[in-house]
Amino acid sequence: MADGVWEAAVADRPADAAGRWAVVTHGLHVYRLLVWMWIRSTLAYRVSFAMTALGNFAASALDFVALLLMFSRIDVLGGFSLPEVALLYGLAGMAMHLADLLMGSMDRLGSRIRDGSLDTLLLRPVPVFAQLAADRFALRRLGGISQSAVVLGWALAHVDVAWSAGRVLMVPVMVLTGTAIFGAVFTAGAAFQFWAQDAAQVQNSFTYGGRAMLQYPPTVFARDLVRGVVFVVPLAFVNWVPALWLLGRPEPLGLPPWVAFLGPAVAALLCAAAGLLWRRALAAYRSTGS
Amino acid sequence: MLYAAVATGSFRRYATYRVATAAGVFTNTVFGFIVAYSYTALWDQRPHLGGYDLPQAMTFAWTGQALLAATSLLGGGGIDELQDRIRTGDIAIDLHRPADLQLWWLAADLGRAVLQLIGRGVVPLTVGACFFELALPREPLTWLLFLTSALLAVVVSFGLRYLVALASFWLLDGAGLAMIAGLAAMFFSGMVLPLPVFPDALAHAAQLLPWAGLLQVPADVLLGARTGAGALQGLLLQAGWAVALLALGRLVQSYATRKVVVNGG
Repeated sequence: MADGVWEAAVADRPADAAGRWAVVTHGLHVYRLLVWMWIRSTLAYRVSFAMTALGNFAASALDFVALLLMFSRIDVLGGFSLPEVALLYGLAGMAMHLADLLMGSMDRLGSRIRDGSLDTLLLRPVPVFAQLAADRFALRRLGGISQSAVVLGWALAHVDVAWSAGRVLMVPVMVLTGTAIFGAVFTAGAAFQFWAQDAAQVQNSFTYGGRAMLQYPPTVFARDLVRGVVFVVPLAFVNWVPALWLLGRPEPLGLPPWVAFLGPAVAALLCAAAGLLWRRALAAYRSTGS
Repeated sequence: MLYAAVATGSFRRYATYRVATAAGVFTNTVFGFIVAYSYTALWDQRPHLGGYDLPQAMTFAWTGQALLAATSLLGGGGIDELQDRIRTGDIAIDLHRPADLQLWWLAADLGRAVLQLIGRGVVPLTVGACFFELALPREPLTWLLFLTSALLAVVVSFGLRYLVALASFWLLDGAGLAMIAGLAAMFFSGMVLPLPVFPDALAHAAQLLPWAGLLQVPADVLLGARTGAGALQGLLLQAGWAVALLALGRLVQSYATRKVVVNGG
């Protein structure tokens, strides 16, 4: 490792832009190394990996089974057909599970603060964020990702959409935007644990809870709740707002149609805000010293 | 008495984590709203689906959230610790204690469950009652029946989780089995969708399985789908499964402890 990178990583705020860039590339490099290490360690126990990945697939499928059981009794839910609901489900699932794969272990921060093992991470010349995000990288979450992908694929084949280049492009954009939004939520949730170590559960409300909510059409929920998900915690940009445009349906809050394309901007803003929050929280951290 | 002390100790242990309890209440409440709204849409389309009217369906949704932590439907709840102790070999120390392993863990689990029933059950149900029309009973006797049923649900849940934990005596990694057991509990307890909404044949079969005792029976007692003889029948089903599972657990435990060889020093 170059000395400059070492210093840049140790110093909390490198002075110039080049130094900051070095920290980021260094962090990404280490993240890749750590992830690769965990993947190799996971694949050392192939049967165990296969079982847990299968379990992850099944756990993720449980909500869809519930939807299928509902649709065995009804034809439309909140005015949406099964393929349309499956589209929402697949998009929300893909985004949440991808973010969960990339940085889902961040929720262990609270217990790391409590048992003091965060201090060990702080001593290493590597950004703590990269270490925490890669910590116990759970390859089994590919199970949930593939389950969502299967449902998404089925939904895309069955929804009634006049496909154009723009609409086709919107699908990967939605997945990436959604992953970034959920990633920001994971980061903010982890930062929150610096203040309340035992409150790891709260972020489940926004990640798993968010996914559970987004899999239903917005018409199912009270207007105020939808407003909250658009304006306060903008999870609606994961799938609701862009998917309604894709399906050619009116946006439930009566927002202008161009709002459907704001997803990437919202995601970028949210990531920046979460990053700032993370820096503030980390800078204010005081170890118990034990 | 020893086991009462274990139960109280466990109750106080979980009472210590107030922030965690508050965080759990928040999560249960958020999920309560999501489930309640999705059921509203479902019952809008099909009123009286599964024999429930809308307030009863809402009660089911919120009861599920209120009982989720107490019955450890999502796993956890102390028994994970037993699984760890078996895996690491610490269980050898437990076996030297002048106490019965099963009763010890049952007492600890009951202490935890009572705390979580109060700490994580009351608030979500109250919030639910404020925002939705619930079908909550007026007679104190029904509430008493519900609490008995909820307690039996904890014992049935313990019986199931104890068996899963004991499997670690044979399996090196019990995570896969625990996952499958958790999924079965979610699906067949009614947590994913009330059992009467299932296709008829599946619904009838699921109503007799032990998992029905985790949520479906207590919820039905509370929302008035099981009254009088029906309620007693439900409680008997729970008690029957509780006894059967505890007896099976005892059998497996005696077999496991006879063959156990602890590695390491």
